[in-house]
Amino acid sequence: MRTDALRLMAASLLLIGSTTDAAGTRAIADAPLQITIPAGELASVLPPAPGVKTVRVAAFRLDHTPVTNEQFSRFVAEHPEWRRDRVAGVFADGSYLSHWRSATEIEPHQRNQPVVYVSWFAANAYCESRGARLPTWHEWEYVAAASATEQDGRNDDEWRQTILGWYSKSARHSLPEVGKTPVNYYGVRDLHGVIWEWVDDVNAMLVSSDNREQSSPDALRFCGPGALTMEEKENYATLMRIAMLSSMQANYTSKTMGFRCASDFGTHGRNKP
Amino acid sequence: MNAYVRLLLCATLLATPALQAVASHPAESVYHLEASLTNQTGDEHGLDIYSGNPVLITMFYGRCPMTCPLLIDTLKAIERSTTAEQRARLRILMISIDPENDTPEALLQLAKQRRIDLTRWTLARADERTVRKIAAVLGIQYRKLPNGAYNHSSVIALLDPNGVVVARSSMIGKADEGMLEKIAKY
Repeated sequence: MRTDALRLMAASLLLIGSTTDAAGTRAIADAPLQITIPAGELASVLPPAPGVKTVRVAAFRLDHTPVTNEQFSRFVAEHPEWRRDRVAGVFADGSYLSHWRSATEIEPHQRNQPVVYVSWFAANAYCESRGARLPTWHEWEYVAAASATEQDGRNDDEWRQTILGWYSKSARHSLPEVGKTPVNYYGVRDLHGVIWEWVDDVNAMLVSSDNREQSSPDALRFCGPGALTMEEKENYATLMRIAMLSSMQANYTSKTMGFRCASDFGTHGRNKP
Repeated sequence: MNAYVRLLLCATLLATPALQAVASHPAESVYHLEASLTNQTGDEHGLDIYSGNPVLITMFYGRCPMTCPLLIDTLKAIERSTTAEQRARLRILMISIDPENDTPEALLQLAKQRRIDLTRWTLARADERTVRKIAAVLGIQYRKLPNGAYNHSSVIALLDPNGVVVARSSMIGKADEGMLEKIAKY
């Protein structure tokens, strides 16, 4: 009797975080499963400082798919201060969750679609509720540099073409469901070809290399990615991300901007049963 | 029944001040952000420490060699350009983006060095995640460099008594006229 109960518990634990059950139908996990990403170095398109080429990324854990409408709706149910009819404007603009049926209900077809029309503050609050956080830009870029077979596939012309092909198809009426794109080298999906994603340090991307330049601080703050010392300019897809993120205020929402969460290695967020 | 109504009325009256306190901040107020700050004497408070007063708010770091001393100079220049009445109402809140080094002791030392009037100014620190959120509500950008220094936008924002950003200035070294006009309104 006791072993049966234990076995049942073990079985249900195995189901948590899995996206596909034995019958092959999608089982909705409360939160996306997190994948461990080993430490490494990245030649970032956004170098940390002038003259510094590579960024050291510590081991961390990353959701293998973006957060879905259904997952976000559970968060909103538990944290009503994040309902679209209650949230303060300073945290989310007027379009926040405007695609949902109501302040608490989603449309059935939206269940497995990535949640969009979420602000940086809302994305942050969701991740914190899981004991997690948003990935930093360098963490995101590090994992997004991987192709299906290589840790850094950015110099692979075919991979680059595949990515650009996805971006050129972006004018969709309906977002695809999460988890439908191929896994990359780490086992992570949907980094390209589905949505734009918030990062933790979104307000760190436009800082000029030296703010002691007194000439025109506004030009430095607002002239876009041109203000950055960016490398690897052939990586258009990544540069588009930076341009997009740089244009967002933390309370903005958009119909193509969603997110996924990350955790420090060893302190992975709770996947609530 | 009567007792029930009285109880209800009593509960409503008790609840009202709390409700009003929450509802009094407009939707755009940065005071909606729950942020735990520690000031230069180790006291904890929220972002709304100066709620009810106009506040000049900015972000800096103590070890900053150039811009941050200039930021303090600029804040003092703005103060000097206000009338005595305006100055009596105006408060200044400087929040560090470098929680590792800007301990309350370091902040107090900086305040003494720069002869900052701590009856109207507060220098504060918060943990890294809170700093990121405060920067986000204020629209301030910053980035830690590999050598431990920071890049940050030198923005001074003016909050109205409800915590709504009503003016922003990147002008460093002298008082921004537009900012002074706004201060005169509160």
